[in-house]
Amino acid sequence: MSANESIIEGVRPVAAAHQQPGPRLAALRGWLRAATGLVVPAVLAALWELAASFGWIPAKLLPPPSAVIDTIRALVASGDLWTHMLATLHRVAVGFGLGVVVATILGAVTGYASCVRRLLDPTIQGLRNIPSIAWVPLFILWFGIFETSKVLLIAVGAFFPVYLGLSSGIRDVDRKLVEVGRIYDLSAWALIRRILLPAALPAYVVGLRSGLGLAWMFVVAAEMMGASEGLGYLLVDGQMTSRPDVIIASIVMFAVLGKATDAILVRLGAGVLSWQDSFKPQG
Amino acid sequence: MLRLERVSKRFDNGYLALQGVDLAARPGEILGIVGGSGCGKSTLLRLMCGLVPPTHGRVWFGGTPITGPRPEIGLVFQEPRLMPWLTVAENVQFGLHNLPRAERAARALQALERVGLRQFADALPRELSGGMAQRTAIARALVTRPSVLLLDEPFSALDALTRADLQSHLVDIWSDERPTMVLVTHDIDEALFLSDRIVVMRGRPGAIHAEFTIDLPRPRIRTSPQFQSWKERLLAALHAAINGEATAA
Repeated sequence: MSANESIIEGVRPVAAAHQQPGPRLAALRGWLRAATGLVVPAVLAALWELAASFGWIPAKLLPPPSAVIDTIRALVASGDLWTHMLATLHRVAVGFGLGVVVATILGAVTGYASCVRRLLDPTIQGLRNIPSIAWVPLFILWFGIFETSKVLLIAVGAFFPVYLGLSSGIRDVDRKLVEVGRIYDLSAWALIRRILLPAALPAYVVGLRSGLGLAWMFVVAAEMMGASEGLGYLLVDGQMTSRPDVIIASIVMFAVLGKATDAILVRLGAGVLSWQDSFKPQG
Repeated sequence: MLRLERVSKRFDNGYLALQGVDLAARPGEILGIVGGSGCGKSTLLRLMCGLVPPTHGRVWFGGTPITGPRPEIGLVFQEPRLMPWLTVAENVQFGLHNLPRAERAARALQALERVGLRQFADALPRELSGGMAQRTAIARALVTRPSVLLLDEPFSALDALTRADLQSHLVDIWSDERPTMVLVTHDIDEALFLSDRIVVMRGRPGAIHAEFTIDLPRPRIRTSPQFQSWKERLLAALHAAINGEATAA
């Protein structure tokens, strides 16, 4: 019996809960499902390791996974990895936060008020199409080579997807729901808070995720333009000292951190979007 | 109570939806408005609740002209239009923003009780069937205790059984509290089952074609001969209204 049918008969759909396996089994199954995503990287790493051990690829240029893991271990042992990781995470957090705050305010205002949209949106869309790296020389000139220019560059990167997601998300809100707000004579602020923002939340979350992705991209650019610490600095350092294992180690760290922070956003998003009646294929 | 005075509505694109409509809903009655599609009956309702302003003429609520939505006039749309992120109870409370929280919750539960959905207070809209969602929408409109309730084809999207069920339910609610109701529908059967008075509209431009006072006793029996003969009279009037429109055009 589907949940829908049980509701029609006036019974709360509790039956579904009994069909679920026990919590421990369910947790195990959850882990196994998540582990499906590890199969491809594991197979690739194994092939790579084999190829290196048979001498098919020059280990000097492309060190095998075991060498990379050793390098990461050494970096952990010396404490360098934490220093670099924290420096990078800090920049991403501040830059992304700044970009999100500005994008949320501007996105909400331009989404709601057509006159502000006509005034600002063309400029913002124009700026959006400038390749972000083009800002680097200007930012260095304006803000120096230290933290300010780096954080601002990341903020610029995070800004556009978040702005676009929220602004278009608000404009795409079902007119029929907005009319309900009008019937109850909501003020502009109440309309934004009670209808427009919740309805635009799915688009906003997607915007946040792509914004975070760009923040990670831009932190590399920012750290490669001159930094004394950070994973991007580690990349450049690996190049200068001819240590491909260090380069690959920092690339792996970027992948891990990027995926981890995205997973956090997805979690938070799923929490606030649990009301969605969406297509989620089973199995 | 609610009165339209020589109301015309021309849309921005130049289309004349209504021309010179005089119509009044009497206190405590159910006024049915029927007509073919595109005859301006929905526009009429939107004028009554102040969602759109008239181009000419006035809409009065008691002694004051209507310039925008007001709490005394409730509206039930053709679709439930529930906020998918709010629970059923929260949706019902939607229009009660000026009351303290406890009072809001109490009134929402009361309204849900009224439509028989109390045990679904914490469900999300996606868990409801079409009929239950529309009942929630009716509860949302009732919770502000409007003196006029406007209904825009409220049951047209439902299956025949659910529709008949909700129509009886609406009569129950009406006989308890006696709000004035204005019901727009294209369903003659529905209009006859519910209304004290029925106005038949013709279209392009929308205007009132005929008016009938329905003297059938309540509860009305759809299969009774009187009901059937009223139905024939109304159908004839509706056909005349639609054909008249065709010959005029």
